[in-house]
Amino acid sequence: MKKESVKLFLMILPFLILVFLFSYFPLHGWIYALYDYRAPLKLSQCEFVGLKWFKALFSNPTQVSQLIVVLKNTFAMSLLGIATSFLPVLFAIFLNEIKVKWFRNLVQTLTTIPNFISWTLVYSIAFCLFSTTGMFNTVLQNLGIISEPLKILDSGQHVWLQMLLWSTWKGLGWGAIMYLAAITGIDQEMYDAAKVDGAGRWQIIRNITIPSLMPTYFVMLMLSVANFLNNGMDQYYVFQNSFNRDSIQVLDLYVYNIGMTGRSMSLATAVGVMKSLVSVTLLMIVNFVSKKTRGEGLV
Amino acid sequence: MTVIHHDRRKPVKTQDRVFQVINYTLFALFALICVYPFYYLIINSISANDLSASGLVNWVPKGIHFKNYQEVLKLNGIGLAAFVSLARTVIGTACTVLASAYLGFMFTQQKMWHRKLWYRLTIITMYFNAGLIPMFMTMKTLHLTNNFLVYIIPAIVQPFNIIMVKTYVESIPASLQEAAEIDGAGVLTIFGKVILPTSKPILATIAIWAAVAQWNSFQDTLVYITDQKLYSLQYLLYTYLNQANSLATLVKASGNVQAVASLATTQTPTSIRMTISVIVVLPILFIYPMFQKYFVKGIMIGSVKG
Repeated sequence: MKKESVKLFLMILPFLILVFLFSYFPLHGWIYALYDYRAPLKLSQCEFVGLKWFKALFSNPTQVSQLIVVLKNTFAMSLLGIATSFLPVLFAIFLNEIKVKWFRNLVQTLTTIPNFISWTLVYSIAFCLFSTTGMFNTVLQNLGIISEPLKILDSGQHVWLQMLLWSTWKGLGWGAIMYLAAITGIDQEMYDAAKVDGAGRWQIIRNITIPSLMPTYFVMLMLSVANFLNNGMDQYYVFQNSFNRDSIQVLDLYVYNIGMTGRSMSLATAVGVMKSLVSVTLLMIVNFVSKKTRGEGLV
Repeated sequence: MTVIHHDRRKPVKTQDRVFQVINYTLFALFALICVYPFYYLIINSISANDLSASGLVNWVPKGIHFKNYQEVLKLNGIGLAAFVSLARTVIGTACTVLASAYLGFMFTQQKMWHRKLWYRLTIITMYFNAGLIPMFMTMKTLHLTNNFLVYIIPAIVQPFNIIMVKTYVESIPASLQEAAEIDGAGVLTIFGKVILPTSKPILATIAIWAAVAQWNSFQDTLVYITDQKLYSLQYLLYTYLNQANSLATLVKASGNVQAVASLATTQTPTSIRMTISVIVVLPILFIYPMFQKYFVKGIMIGSVKG
């Protein structure tokens, strides 16, 4: 009996080792934040600097001002994301008003495709359409509307808005899928009863559909709060250039830029450690709020 | 009352008509915005390159030719990158699916020593990560930088997939497993003969998500790979986007330069970019509509679990 139970454990042991190697073992790398690590050297050959990097983040003036810019971008992107998080709800509600089935399915298929292409490809599309030699500028020039090409990608202006538009283009249709499914799950009798009572389209949307979607929306909102600092770097990395760097560098990209291409791996690790700690705290807070308000955690 | 009701009836109907027209138009417009860029890339990659470069190909292809594809496939590294991307997608997906199925099933085995502990330790890894630099150091220590296996091994165990399979296996009638046990089947036999065949729908969902993630992955090449032989197609596309002008020379150097090469088929940086983009996106454009229901199913199960 005992043998059987150990045998089952041994059967998954190789995979547990993988979990350890790629999820727990990397945490040891946090000690790089306490050293002044120089790339090809061994850690033992580098100077131990204690909390120097962490202190620098908060006291060194150039470092502080850089970090503030990066945090501003991070907050802006996340807040813009949260501020537009109701768009998929509206998308689902209005798509549900379309009764011609083939049209609805077609819209659903076409609008979800962008979600499944990589950010590299999105950038490639952006390049082909909006670079100075791209389709947008060429068409406007051919029409004689502008004489000089407009700088769109290689400009430091409206970067936040551009990023928001690209992520909306990519994610809106897919984001609505969950709400569309939630709408299908609403008790049809409620709609029928409302119609018998003479409720119009807007009354039904306001009093039945929206309230039924709120629980799902609330979960999604909570998740985006928990991920407030995790913008990811793919999108910002591919769109980044020397013109827009100051407005596009979010935390994840900043860690990459200072760690992998420049200044200091140790400083980058320190920023990463701070970010991880804040993120885990946020997740726990959000989980707690979720437990209190809907009686069920997110985690 | 009835009179008022009667009076309001007509305007409501036209209002309704107006709403429908606006609603259909907006959705048609957004759908167009979503697909037009792909269409634009495709028609430009097969149109005469001089027309395409002067922005004359916006709605229908003009001067159709396929020279761009022939030339781009000759480009240094493209064939290899395509092979790398294909290999990681096929091998990576197979590994992820099998491991998810196996672990999802094993974690339902009540007899396992400290089953709950191992399960929790595995699942909780979804909610934290060490960060970019520590991950890089780890991969270096494990000799996985500049190694094809970095695309495969770290992606084998995926907690989210394990949850999906485990939930699914728990919903399979226990009698199926018990019957096999009575017949003397071991755990592995049950896995192969009972679990794998019955969990096909969920495994298909996992496979399709894993395949798309592998095909689209960009960051791992960026961080862990410097050896050009291991570049993925996504990464190569990115480097091509950035080295715009050296590209055309690259083509001329690699292709057999014919003095008579016409303007329509001479490679330009734009034509190369667009052609590679199409090569990268076509698999997704083909696969997605076919397997849409699996994609949707994936996110639904995920949302149920929260």
